[in-house]
Amino acid sequence: MKALLLSLVLGLWAACAQAHKPSDSYLSLKVEGDSVQGRWDIALRDLDYAIGLDANDDGAITWGELRTRQDAINAYALTRLHIAADGKDCPARADDMLVDEHTDGKYAVLGFLAPCSGEPQTLAIVYELFFDLDPQHRGLLRVERDGRTDTAIFGPDTKRFELTRSAPRDPWREFLGFGHEGVWHIWIGYDHILFLLSLLLPAALVMEAGEWRAACGFRRAFWDVFKIVTAFTLAHSLTLSLAVLRFVELPSRWVESAIAASVAAAALNNLYPMFQRRRAALAFAFGLIHGLGFAAVLLDLGLPDNLRLLGLVGFNLGVEAGQLAIVGVSLPLIYGLSRYELYSPLVLKLGSVCIAGVAFLWLAERGFDLRLMAF
Amino acid sequence: MKPWGRTMKRGLPALVLGWCLTFPALAEPYRPAADDEVLESLPARGENWRELRELRQKVKENPADPGPAMTLVRRYVELGRAESDPRYYGHAEAVLASWLRAAEPSPEALTLRATLLQNRHEFAKALEDLSRALARQPRLAQAWLTRAVILEVQGNYPAALNSCLPLARLASPLTSAVCLNSALSLSGQGDFAYQRLGLALAQTEADGPEILWAQVTAAEIAERLGRFDEAERHYRKALGLNLKNAYLWATYADFLLDRERPKEVLNLLKNETRPDNLLLRLTLAEQRLGSPALSAHVDALKARFAASRLRGDTTHQGDEARFTLHLLNEPIRALELAKANWAVQREPRDARILLESALAAGRNDSAQPVLDFIAQSRLQDVRLRGLGDRIMANSR
Repeated sequence: MKALLLSLVLGLWAACAQAHKPSDSYLSLKVEGDSVQGRWDIALRDLDYAIGLDANDDGAITWGELRTRQDAINAYALTRLHIAADGKDCPARADDMLVDEHTDGKYAVLGFLAPCSGEPQTLAIVYELFFDLDPQHRGLLRVERDGRTDTAIFGPDTKRFELTRSAPRDPWREFLGFGHEGVWHIWIGYDHILFLLSLLLPAALVMEAGEWRAACGFRRAFWDVFKIVTAFTLAHSLTLSLAVLRFVELPSRWVESAIAASVAAAALNNLYPMFQRRRAALAFAFGLIHGLGFAAVLLDLGLPDNLRLLGLVGFNLGVEAGQLAIVGVSLPLIYGLSRYELYSPLVLKLGSVCIAGVAFLWLAERGFDLRLMAF
Repeated sequence: MKPWGRTMKRGLPALVLGWCLTFPALAEPYRPAADDEVLESLPARGENWRELRELRQKVKENPADPGPAMTLVRRYVELGRAESDPRYYGHAEAVLASWLRAAEPSPEALTLRATLLQNRHEFAKALEDLSRALARQPRLAQAWLTRAVILEVQGNYPAALNSCLPLARLASPLTSAVCLNSALSLSGQGDFAYQRLGLALAQTEADGPEILWAQVTAAEIAERLGRFDEAERHYRKALGLNLKNAYLWATYADFLLDRERPKEVLNLLKNETRPDNLLLRLTLAEQRLGSPALSAHVDALKARFAASRLRGDTTHQGDEARFTLHLLNEPIRALELAKANWAVQREPRDARILLESALAAGRNDSAQPVLDFIAQSRLQDVRLRGLGDRIMANSR
């Protein structure tokens, strides 16, 4: 009695520091036309507990032992999963069995196909695996349909999940949605704004004998800006597309650091001009890096495969629209102010110093993972 | 400015959010190359396993006899403890289920269910089961003890103390002393409780697990009182018993981390990567040492926390807050987790991570409920006092 009392107490405590993982299975369904494709990851430990996999009782499950039990596993699992389309059964037929690793060990991966009698309006899934052996078991469901993903958790009290087909997603609204994200990202992306601003600040000036002087004519300033913005746009659109279509992949810390460096370089170029005539080239070169930053955002929004191109174009146009708005507001201001003597020392130089300072802080923060600023 | 600011930090607003919400990307499944490739090593073979198999058989043959069923449930719970593996609790629950369907379940079955509920941090339901059990059988020592432990975890020290009192008659002197003095030490009588527990330890004839429990409790009290050499001595005695106990390792690892001795944590835990709580301590030590395994272990923990969040499990929030603050360096998210955790359990370590997160996030107001709790309960803890002082200094 005493030993029991204690073992339970020791455990009560240990429970405050839970470990390992309770039993889960991962059920992933894809509805295409009138059939449902399934992938079901079930832990080998759980299967062994339910139907026995370790034929020679040596405490180790080999691929051979698993393979010979394939039919039994399919029979056991698939009779505990019911898929129905509009009230009519979609009987699941087992396909191949593979193996995969999750955080708590190896899982059998059951592939199956469940043909329905017609294209389902309402899909009902009833899940009853393992609840009799382990009420803490959970079935984690993911259903993909029409480019949309739904998730649910099956438990002993929630064995049924229904998915009614929604109106097909309006591509135009999706497009606008991504466009909106693009504008938003430019708006909250101080690093992009500061980079652009650094390039625009000297737009209405010319360098003469080492000094910035106001240049004549709005038209000149306009074309200068036009070239810079176009170069930046072409470059970042290029890398944005390449990254979103998965041709290029770079670690985000690297990209973010490089973006900070580009802001610093653009600002320093105003103080110690190296590319004053070729700022468009500078915009192009660094635009390539900014594009990768945009891509990271877009990829994080979760682009379903069938929306990849639509999302890419919408997001990119949103970015351009946001950028144009910034240029549209700042160009007249810059042009107007640059007619004053104090523009060069106060706005251009001091502004560039500030921007460079901020950029260096970002660089330190991102590159060395420091935390310096409140934002 | 603040919310934008945070997103700006990484420049990737959706990154954090995306990480929290996505289904884990299913990896590419594969076909093993050879039939003799070992895929999985099953736990608890050998003696335990044979015993379990026999018990299961007995339960099947005597479906109306509660004896074998309760024994099997207890064995599952004990195994879950020893291996710190929650799957056993699930099996225990399944065996228990039919006995709980009775109109008036037995006090023993109710107490066992309370233990399982307690594991999942469903404290209110567990206390309800214990009250029902004790109403029918007031001499059920296990129920009083489990009740005391839960009340203590909830920070209700006077009630915990009350639940310890019956143990003076119903359990061994050491068990009763540990229960009482643990609750006393948390409510302003640290020195007295430490002394009394020391006396009980000196006089006991108890063995193994009971001594381990008492030594760890004494070590924790000493640590809260700032008597670190004495704490170390208790930890060493507990370790000297050579019993596998994840809680002992976790608290001792925390002690070593606080004493800036990460190398010893590495030695203690290098083979203990399966339990999340031990992996967390190991990874914190690796962070201090700049060890090469660090990033792999950070990724592993990230995946594990994501997996438990996916099934709607919130029992790991305390550890996840520590992970998020110290290893991911995201104080605001850590603070949210620590607050959610504090709503459920209120041990000193839960108070500590909340204060640490609040300090790091510069959110002194969030620390106030914890500071109030400490003042009200008269909880003595040198580590908490230090944090509290820093927060007060910041607020001025």
